[in-house]
Amino acid sequence: MKEQFQSPIVLLGSRLLSPYIMLFGWYVIIHGHYSPGGGFQGGALLAASVLLIRVAGGTRLSSLQLREVINTPMATLGVAIYFLTGVVAVLAGGFFLDYGQLPIPGLEAAWLRYYGILIIEVGIGLTVMAILIMIYDNMVKGEDHA
Amino acid sequence: MFWELELVIYIFLLISAIVALEVDDLLVAVVMMTIFSFLMALLFVAMGAIDVGFTEAVIGAGVTGILFVVVVYQTSRKTND
Amino acid sequence: MKLLKFAILALFAGVLIYASNDLPYRGDPDNLMHAERSITDTPVKGNYFIQEAYNDARTPNMVTVVLGDYRSIDTFGEQVVIFTAGLITILVLRKQRRREE
Repeated sequence: MKEQFQSPIVLLGSRLLSPYIMLFGWYVIIHGHYSPGGGFQGGALLAASVLLIRVAGGTRLSSLQLREVINTPMATLGVAIYFLTGVVAVLAGGFFLDYGQLPIPGLEAAWLRYYGILIIEVGIGLTVMAILIMIYDNMVKGEDHA
Repeated sequence: MFWELELVIYIFLLISAIVALEVDDLLVAVVMMTIFSFLMALLFVAMGAIDVGFTEAVIGAGVTGILFVVVVYQTSRKTND
Repeated sequence: MKLLKFAILALFAGVLIYASNDLPYRGDPDNLMHAERSITDTPVKGNYFIQEAYNDARTPNMVTVVLGDYRSIDTFGEQVVIFTAGLITILVLRKQRRREE
């Protein structure tokens, strides 16, 4: 990986492709209620768009996009979103992860479940993205691939 | 789904699996494994399990390929046997 | 030695092909998992999910409702497993690298 990926064409192509993969990842997460997909697949797509820049551009360039330090807080934020959604439902008088009890005014229980599923999908997506990037960073750290 | 199309996918699946086992260059083996994953995703979609096929295509053909390429470049590229 | 390897593989493939003869046909409506009541005469839970998923969560995609609502604690455990896997890579890979330097 040291000499092979020096080409500027590879870097330009991956820079051109990466934002669209990231946009498609968010589409898969948000649109998971109506089409196949969901948090796990969308998070993996988001991680793939970041990993493409990391493979093609090397450590110095990719630290401009998403720094390594952010990985662990982002994964923890994803788990916390999921867990706190359940705890809020408990505090509002329901069971754990019973979205029908979420304290959002003006909505009936079925629509509350709709938005509850959306919130936890975003949490799963953040965790999967951060963990996949974290595995890659821990594997290649110490050597500059590019 | 037409069974002829599935038969073609099965034949390509067998070819990619055998090539991935027998080849000497490990990078070729990684590429063959991603092809295997993608054909497997096509088969899952043909069986009606769209979510499983989507997951297989994203994880097996995308992220796992990148991780295996990193592992190959950090160790050796040729097999010993 | 190589012949023995291929013989074992061929034997295993034969066993798998023989076992696959007993599998039900794909998409057959008379299959056992599509019945209203199971072998032990209890109602099959999947019927409720298929019939009531849209009314419960206003979501056309049944798989999302099952993963996110009906079986949400299971999904939470899955997420914790992924999170733990990432933390384990920090423990294992970073320590090894520091020992090398």
